[in-house]
Amino acid sequence: MDPVRASAREIARAVNAREVSALEIAETMIPHAAAVDEHLGAYLTFTPDLMREHARRVDARVAAGETLPLAGVPAAIKDNMCLLGTRTTCASKILEQWIAPYTATAVGRLLAAGALPIGKTNMDEFAMGSSGENSALGKTKNPYDLDRVPGGSSAGSAAAVGGFAATISTGSDTGGSIREPAAFCNVVGFKPTYGRVSRYGLIAFASSLDQIGPFGRTVEDAALTYDAMGGHDPMDATSVDRAFETTADHLREDLRGVRVGIVKEFATSDLAPDVAAAYEAAYNDLVKLGAELVEVELPTAKYGLSTYYLIAPAECSSNLARFDGVRYGLRVDGADVGEMYEKTRAAGFGPEVKRRILIGTYALSSGYYDAYYVKAQKARTRIAADFRRAFEKCDVIASPAASAPAFTFNAKSDPYSMYLMDYYTIPVSLAGLPSLSVPCGSATPEGGARPMPLGLQLASPLFTERALLGYAHAYERATQHAAKVAPVQVVTS
Amino acid sequence: MATERIDVRGVARLARLALSDEEVERYGAQLEDLLKHVDDLKQLDTSDVAATAQVIESRNVTRPDVITPCLAHEVVMAGAPQAQHGFFRVPKIIAEAE
Amino acid sequence: MRDAYEAVIGIECHVELKTHSKMFCGCANEFGGEPNTKVCPVCLALPGALPVPNAQAIELMVKAGLAFDAEIPAFSKFDRKNYFYPDMPKNYQISQFDMPLTQGGVVHYWLSDGTKKSCRLTRIHLEEDTGKSTHAGSGDGRIAGSSYSLVDFNRAGVPLMECVGEPDIRSAEEAVGYLEALKRTFVELGVSDVKMEEGSLRCDANVSVRKRGATEYGTKAEIKNMNSFRSVHDAIESEIDRQIAVLEGGGRVIQETRGWDEAAGVTHSMRSKEQAHDYRYFPEPDLVPLELDRALIERIRASMPPVPFERFERYTEQFGISVKQTTQLVDNPPLAGYFDRVVAICNAPGAALNFVLGDLSRLANESGTPVAEGKVTPAALAELIALTEAKTINSKIAKDVLVRLWSDGGSAKAIVESEGLAQVSDPGAIAQFVDDVLAANGDSVAQFKAGKENVLKFLVGQVMKASRGKANPELVEALLREKIAAR
Ligand SMILES: [Mg+2]
Ligand SMILES: [Zn+2]
Repeated sequence: MDPVRASAREIARAVNAREVSALEIAETMIPHAAAVDEHLGAYLTFTPDLMREHARRVDARVAAGETLPLAGVPAAIKDNMCLLGTRTTCASKILEQWIAPYTATAVGRLLAAGALPIGKTNMDEFAMGSSGENSALGKTKNPYDLDRVPGGSSAGSAAAVGGFAATISTGSDTGGSIREPAAFCNVVGFKPTYGRVSRYGLIAFASSLDQIGPFGRTVEDAALTYDAMGGHDPMDATSVDRAFETTADHLREDLRGVRVGIVKEFATSDLAPDVAAAYEAAYNDLVKLGAELVEVELPTAKYGLSTYYLIAPAECSSNLARFDGVRYGLRVDGADVGEMYEKTRAAGFGPEVKRRILIGTYALSSGYYDAYYVKAQKARTRIAADFRRAFEKCDVIASPAASAPAFTFNAKSDPYSMYLMDYYTIPVSLAGLPSLSVPCGSATPEGGARPMPLGLQLASPLFTERALLGYAHAYERATQHAAKVAPVQVVTS
Repeated sequence: MATERIDVRGVARLARLALSDEEVERYGAQLEDLLKHVDDLKQLDTSDVAATAQVIESRNVTRPDVITPCLAHEVVMAGAPQAQHGFFRVPKIIAEAE
Repeated sequence: MRDAYEAVIGIECHVELKTHSKMFCGCANEFGGEPNTKVCPVCLALPGALPVPNAQAIELMVKAGLAFDAEIPAFSKFDRKNYFYPDMPKNYQISQFDMPLTQGGVVHYWLSDGTKKSCRLTRIHLEEDTGKSTHAGSGDGRIAGSSYSLVDFNRAGVPLMECVGEPDIRSAEEAVGYLEALKRTFVELGVSDVKMEEGSLRCDANVSVRKRGATEYGTKAEIKNMNSFRSVHDAIESEIDRQIAVLEGGGRVIQETRGWDEAAGVTHSMRSKEQAHDYRYFPEPDLVPLELDRALIERIRASMPPVPFERFERYTEQFGISVKQTTQLVDNPPLAGYFDRVVAICNAPGAALNFVLGDLSRLANESGTPVAEGKVTPAALAELIALTEAKTINSKIAKDVLVRLWSDGGSAKAIVESEGLAQVSDPGAIAQFVDDVLAANGDSVAQFKAGKENVLKFLVGQVMKASRGKANPELVEALLREKIAAR
């Protein structure tokens, strides 16, 4: 078994069977990931010593007769999730040197399940972005074309798994931050129902939307990772206290009897011809697997972007107020405390973060609160209602995960054109639905040198993770699209 | 509403962000541009629609009144930009507390 | 000239709740301690930490509301109040904006002369306390002139309830009466220990004056930095005088925040950098709403002791006890509770009051053991009272029995019987003593006959002495008169 290429399922089986030790996996993976990352820039911090320490712990537990669902599986962690004793930066200057004194619940559960922490991954600063370019600490490249972005905000986590620099990884999704980079990097990215995975220890962007989810090269790996991280957590008042359904052992092979909703308002005619063709083919493949396509309407989906760009910034403007140079993080001194705040935050936050803080502060300020924030919250109610209505006619909704494949660096100079990348993912996030992106082919962007991966977004009703991953698994098995595109030389060699 | 000029400096003051004149210009323009886009919400009828603050419907989530361990003092102060006698030290405070 | 004006006062109090742990985390809710030793990721607002509300704090809030007949709405939620301040870790305070845990209600209180007053409550809402800043580099610890500040977050996140009162108060004396009522009630209910010196109760007063008979309110000033009931009283008095002087001088009062300067005995303007606050309240997205179970609320209501004002009315109106003594009792809930139990048995409030505030309290003070924890059970005292009321023993003997009960406990009846202390009311038995005394005091008898009435007192005393205090004094006197007359 090649630890670099192997799936999480294969690695865990081998380690539990003691055919290979977790430590051997770590020792193979550490140098390989470092070498590949010279080109990818997926990681902000490598944690080789911690990885070995956990590997030894896993080997001891296995030797003691335990079977661990993720035994010895190399896992990369997005740098907005706390890991005790490890630098946790949100890819921001304001936290560049901050060492987390505690571990996020989801990360702790992942490690308890036997995963090995290989490092912390780059991201758009405070998870605000769709390309990874908003990182203040590094540039992550797309493993399928180093001139192109990996997508964001979970840029490094998607690139690391897509570039074989990690087997699985954690991401966080607020408006598409797992699904869009998954599509760009030819991996499976899964955002569970809001409240399914604890946010405790996830550095907040927009509290009512943030949700942690996994990346894997297969649906099964994503499912295994989700099963390990998910479930109720008393430390998070918004984590849902209801029976947790595991998924990895309930994946299905066909789509017989499944009604797949195709959204009338998401006409593929809006897309580039070959991208459109790829999605049409994907919908047909679903039919071949026994699914029935039904047209559903989401008349309010087009308001998703406006709704999101009022609610998310409003919450972030408050969530990021704690970065003030008083207790931790960057401080730039000033004559008085007010001046210290203003200089610290001016120096510590990048342009996109400042932009969103300003938008959010404005949307909440007196005189505009009702016109913007409350209006957006009401729009959110209508968008969620549209999905509920749609799910009366179908079991799952299929759509593009992003409106185009990965673009080149600096291609989206004006903020709004960047925001448009999440056109298909944002409405789903506003409704809190479980949703994922699974590889569904490729298209060569104009001026592009090689075909770039595309992702099919599937979204299902609240708390139907098991069914959703089952559908994706059936599609993945039948199509094997991930294998049809090759990453760049430096990754494969 | 979106077309009116925005007091970017005033907003930045609330957000405690120092902005250069150039930034005031740039962010001002971008903020106004975004507000033009979000203006489309005016076309969406939300009369007799409740506002959604949370998509989940949980209620009364609380914790029992039980003491749990605190962080060690060294750990608490480890990240402090400036500390003195076990306190966090900050420049002089001008505005009064609430 | 002051009589030409009327003051209008509204008081806002912040009261720390008496819980074991903080509002949104498990750190200990204790006063003081080494700086920054009672903090965790949540109350220090470390990146990624999330709040979870303390169930007990919510229950105490409900108690506070019910004590003043406030409404406990079916739906309540937390909101964020956004503003930057160094001792507020998140730079927003989790508070309640438009849907507080309690709405309305009224605080009944009384003044030292017994006048009953009341002040309506607007609301009581639940929030979290801030840390503490010490202003250094200036010597006097004041903000003005300090060159830097030191921040301690031990207090950050302590559950805090804000009681907002309507402007129903008309004098400094009423303000103090109102605050005393809040304090008594919160202490009695175990909602807070209300120690102003430890800052577990902090209050601001909105003061304005207007010509008597005017219907419009005058412009108000908000008074801060009052750290005792005394200073609340003095600050309001001096502010009323100041505002009247301003108006009489043809000036106008400006709306501002003023600090009370204890030493100087005046309020001074605190013109903080007036960038009008915009708190940008919005629903706290890290928490879910509260929809308290009605049954729970009724259970809490049923578990609550009588509020001090109920006692005040019962004692003064039903028992006719003086305001001073009533206040003495009400301010000592255990003693008042003991008193209530005694009265419940013997139904003689007057006698009970004399024992409880008199001999019993004296014995308690001498021994250092509170009455309610001593050996004299309410039943024993009630029995003792019954024995005196029935004239089975006289008051002198009763005092002796009480001392015995205090040291040994047990039953009053038992002591009286075993010691044969019961009063002798049998004329036959007493006649013997009377005859002996008359025989031994011929000249006194002569003096009495000569009209010296008060000699009789002496003779009665002699008979009582002879009977070792047990003879019924009235009977003794009657027999003396009879027998002397018969001579
Ligand atoms: Mg308050
Ligand atoms: Zn704490």
